[in-house]
Amino acid sequence: MSLVGPEVHTPTLLYLDGVSVSFDGFKAIDGLSLVVDETELRCVIGPNGAGKTTMMDIITGRTRPDTGRVEYADGVDLTRCDESEIANLGIGRKFQKPTVFEHHTVDDNLELALAGRRSVAASLRFALGPEDRDRIDELLATVNLRGLRHRLAGTLSHGQKQWLEIGMLLAQRPRLLLVDEPVAGMTAQETERTAELLVGLATDHAVVVVEHDMEFVRSIARKVTVLHQGRVLAEGPMSVIQDDPLVNAVYLGE
Amino acid sequence: MSESPVHGSGGPGRSPTAAVLGVALVVVSVVGVLNQAVGESSALHVPTYVVTLLGKYACYALLAVALDLVWGYLGILSLGHGAFFALGGYAMGMHLMREIGPRGVYGHPVLPDFMVFLDWKTLPWYWHGFDSFAFALVMVVLVPAALAFVFGWLAFRSRVTGVYLSIMTQALTYALMLAFFRNEMGFGGNNGLTDFKDVLGLDLQSDATRVGLFVCSTMALAAGYLLARGIVRSRLGRVVTAIRDGEGRVRSLGYRPERYKLFVFTVSAAMAGVAGALYVPQVGIINPGEFAPLSSIELVVWVAVGGRGTLHGAALGAVLVNYAKTWLTGTYPEVWLFALGAMFVVVTLVLPRGIVGLAATTRAAWARRVTGASRAPGEVVP
Amino acid sequence: MNHIIRHRHRRWLVRGLLGCVLALVGPILGATETRADFEAALAGLDARDFADKLRAIAEVARSGDPRSETVLAAMLDGRLAVTRAGGRLVVLPAEHGDAVDVRSGAPVPGLGARQTSRVRINNRLRGVLRDAIASLRLASPDRVVRLDAARALVGGVDASSLGTLRDALEAEGDAEVRGVLEVALAMAEARSDDVDTRLAAVRAMAGSLRPEVRGLLREMGDEERESDPRVRSAARDALDAIEAEVALYGHLSSLYFGVSLGSVLLLAAVGLAITFGVMGVINMAHGEMVMLGAYTTYVVQTLLPDALEISLLVALPLAFLVAGLVGVLMERGIIRHLYGRPLETLLATFGVSLVLQQTVRTVFSPLNRSVSTPQWMSGALEINPVLAFTYNRLYIIAFSIMVLLALVVLLRRTRFGLEMRAVTQNRAMASAMGIRTSRVDAMTFGLGCGIAGLAGVALSQLTNVGPNMGQAYIVDSFMVVVFGGVGNLLGTFVGAMTLGIVSKLLEPATGTVLAKILVLVSIIVFIQRRPRGLFALSGRAAEA
Repeated sequence: MSLVGPEVHTPTLLYLDGVSVSFDGFKAIDGLSLVVDETELRCVIGPNGAGKTTMMDIITGRTRPDTGRVEYADGVDLTRCDESEIANLGIGRKFQKPTVFEHHTVDDNLELALAGRRSVAASLRFALGPEDRDRIDELLATVNLRGLRHRLAGTLSHGQKQWLEIGMLLAQRPRLLLVDEPVAGMTAQETERTAELLVGLATDHAVVVVEHDMEFVRSIARKVTVLHQGRVLAEGPMSVIQDDPLVNAVYLGE
Repeated sequence: MSESPVHGSGGPGRSPTAAVLGVALVVVSVVGVLNQAVGESSALHVPTYVVTLLGKYACYALLAVALDLVWGYLGILSLGHGAFFALGGYAMGMHLMREIGPRGVYGHPVLPDFMVFLDWKTLPWYWHGFDSFAFALVMVVLVPAALAFVFGWLAFRSRVTGVYLSIMTQALTYALMLAFFRNEMGFGGNNGLTDFKDVLGLDLQSDATRVGLFVCSTMALAAGYLLARGIVRSRLGRVVTAIRDGEGRVRSLGYRPERYKLFVFTVSAAMAGVAGALYVPQVGIINPGEFAPLSSIELVVWVAVGGRGTLHGAALGAVLVNYAKTWLTGTYPEVWLFALGAMFVVVTLVLPRGIVGLAATTRAAWARRVTGASRAPGEVVP
Repeated sequence: MNHIIRHRHRRWLVRGLLGCVLALVGPILGATETRADFEAALAGLDARDFADKLRAIAEVARSGDPRSETVLAAMLDGRLAVTRAGGRLVVLPAEHGDAVDVRSGAPVPGLGARQTSRVRINNRLRGVLRDAIASLRLASPDRVVRLDAARALVGGVDASSLGTLRDALEAEGDAEVRGVLEVALAMAEARSDDVDTRLAAVRAMAGSLRPEVRGLLREMGDEERESDPRVRSAARDALDAIEAEVALYGHLSSLYFGVSLGSVLLLAAVGLAITFGVMGVINMAHGEMVMLGAYTTYVVQTLLPDALEISLLVALPLAFLVAGLVGVLMERGIIRHLYGRPLETLLATFGVSLVLQQTVRTVFSPLNRSVSTPQWMSGALEINPVLAFTYNRLYIIAFSIMVLLALVVLLRRTRFGLEMRAVTQNRAMASAMGIRTSRVDAMTFGLGCGIAGLAGVALSQLTNVGPNMGQAYIVDSFMVVVFGGVGNLLGTFVGAMTLGIVSKLLEPATGTVLAKILVLVSIIVFIQRRPRGLFALSGRAAEA
């Protein structure tokens, strides 16, 4: 990957084609197609009910599409994988509502997320090695939670939980990061740091961000996909999208 | 919750394994000596029936620890753990029946009395092998574990959770109760298995055997406690509590929660089976009543009273509630169910973390008052 | 109108035919000399010679006097007697009361065994009397009397009375009575020496569901009893056909019991569908609410011993109130504090169930109490000899459906139903719109428990009323709700009926206990496959 320069079009990591899913007759996703490259930062925006979260559910295997192809890396058919398999393929997800393990310490949360074998037997024998400790320290520094490492995650503030979850996401060493509303509940300062973090990650990861905060999207976005009623309404650089009359009509204009 | 999140904090220079085993040994030897060596006239003498009672409590405590593993740590409220206990008990009971041999009322060389009474001519296939003590011991662990494995495999794979799962565990034990009530099942029907004579050639009525069973039960409790503690404090334990708090999140980290659940559920069932196997020779009977949904739900209250999510709390709760039961059913039999019912309500409303939690909170509050410190970190009410 | 015309027609027919054939017996209705004939014949009943008695019986029967049946029936019972003083013919009372003078119909008080001598009869006379009475009744203008008489004849006709039967058959206009008479005749003719007659008899018996017919056909199919192979094979065929039909009715009967069990489960589960399905509260004391309803019925019947017929109607609203009130108290006192903690709610309500059981044990008794069934609910609707629908179950089926419909109306058409649905769908929004959510919670829970109370009244008519009765239904009720799909009344209905019918259809083959186990196991497996029940919602909301 590092051999490929940033100007060159990098290979595709995630490929959605003609994906549809409906719940009780309601088409949540309707013929959605999306291509994400190996290193890019993609922002997905759209009004409520546009299908953003359902799209993430489909990629991570929580929801099975009725029709369409979902492929990953070298042609892995994600519709045939279950959630844990997909996670182990290197797709990490941060949920819309921060979901950390409230009765575990910050350390433990990160440790649970650390890349490694996930089997029952392995976890029964598992002992924290020196590299693991270093990695946890590194992550704590990245998400700025070093001083709180022994606190129970449940006692953290909303923004801190968001960061802990980003830390857990990184601990998995994913190739593709799906980030659902990362800056909700964060202070301006925290938001700024998150933006920096995501932009930095995008240099050697694929990052898909779903966000409502347009200011935040403007600050990080290179390429934006606008979803509306379960399909792609527009796609392109932020500057182009902002001036698209259709997009303004359904979303930005309000 | 005070125990689960903290790992590797056993304290320097103190081996918990040695400590637990040491306490168990001390209890066992003190009770043994006070029963066997101290004369009956002495005020310190412990009568044999008390020894047996303590042995029973140890079995209950082991059962409670097994349930706590599933409920307190895994978050599955099993209303059918009595079934695993009873299956272990039946496996042991079948061995004890075979041990009677030709000494039954009807004097049949092989068939237990109830089969002769039902006019059966041959031993059913599933009764073969139980004449061997070793085989019975294997079955004590294997049968409950196999049932738990099959049930759990089906339930966890299709992601049945919460109250649905609880109701299903209750239905499981209810179905087993109905089945074991049938004479055709070949487990003695309504009367169950009883009139045991001896185990490994030792008379079950003798004081020495009873003390021996008490010792076994206490050591099994200590071993079960240590096993559960080992599981809880491993990374597996942390995954398991994480599943309890957010199964979907654990899955999205790449774990397979159903396998973890299956492991813990099966281990817990095996522990319950061992508890049942030790219980049966001490009380001298096993019947389908042990499968009754009420028995299973009663043991939930032991754990709740002691404090779920803490292994020692579960054991403590089992002993305390059963002591109260022994005392009340002896003195005011009609009050027991009122008391039990009230316990359910009070514990859930007022004492969600049980006695152990109450003690911890009181201690923390007291410490705060003394030092003037703010709320201690890690003090979260679940 | 049509009925009356047919009736007249039939009477005319009887009179004409009987007049012609001069049968052994037969009332000559409307004849002027009836009275004199009757009174003259009566004297002969007490004749010394049995041949004279025989003749007198025939004359009494033929007289057509309305009193003849009473007299002959009394004679058959051995209750016809002659006073020692005065030689008056009297009918002695069956148990207690006064003897009645036959001629005047007036009571004769103070007659004891010493003052009378009974008219003696022998076996031959008994047979003749039975025939005579049957014939009289077969000619009755009342269809029900004729049907009863015809039924009584089945299997008990001997060769001597074949003629009577044939005549009655010819005179009979009612299809149902004719059917029974044909069977009775065929059973008598089946003993004929003539092969063709026997064959015809077998043909006539084909399709009859009476147990006697099956017994007879079995005999006729037996080589040791029946010499003719054609008759044997015809009898076997007929028997096979009948038994297939009996088996079919057996299934119908099972189906009825299944629907009945289903409706009981529906009653028990509908309350749960509200507390568990709509509110998401696991109420382990739901079975005890049923029990409270049943005990309310018991108390009502104990307090109003003279009003048995209306006791259930009184008990219904009371049971609803009692169980509903206990429900509201539970919600206010306990459940309210545990919303969002389903497992804790389960445990706390289980505690309440133990307390309620023990309270009933202490107040009443640990033993079962008996609740009586009013007259209007007793008995059965008999379809044919092998199929009868008991009225109590019919009423309960109807009642459960009424409760379900009432609930649907309540939920969809009333202000309370609207508020209830609003609160369960979006508590915060409902609260913001001024709905007092905590009050709605309490009322909703009370409603669910009240319906359980109603179920208790119904159950008291089917099973024992005891402290443990609630326990018997709680697991099944949860199965119904879970099976049908939570929060869905149609699902609850389908779930209850499926469970009831499948259990009862399995029972004949497997026995009660095994059927129960099989049903439980299959529901467990079903929930594995479809964790959200039959009528599950799908989509993101359902997966959350």
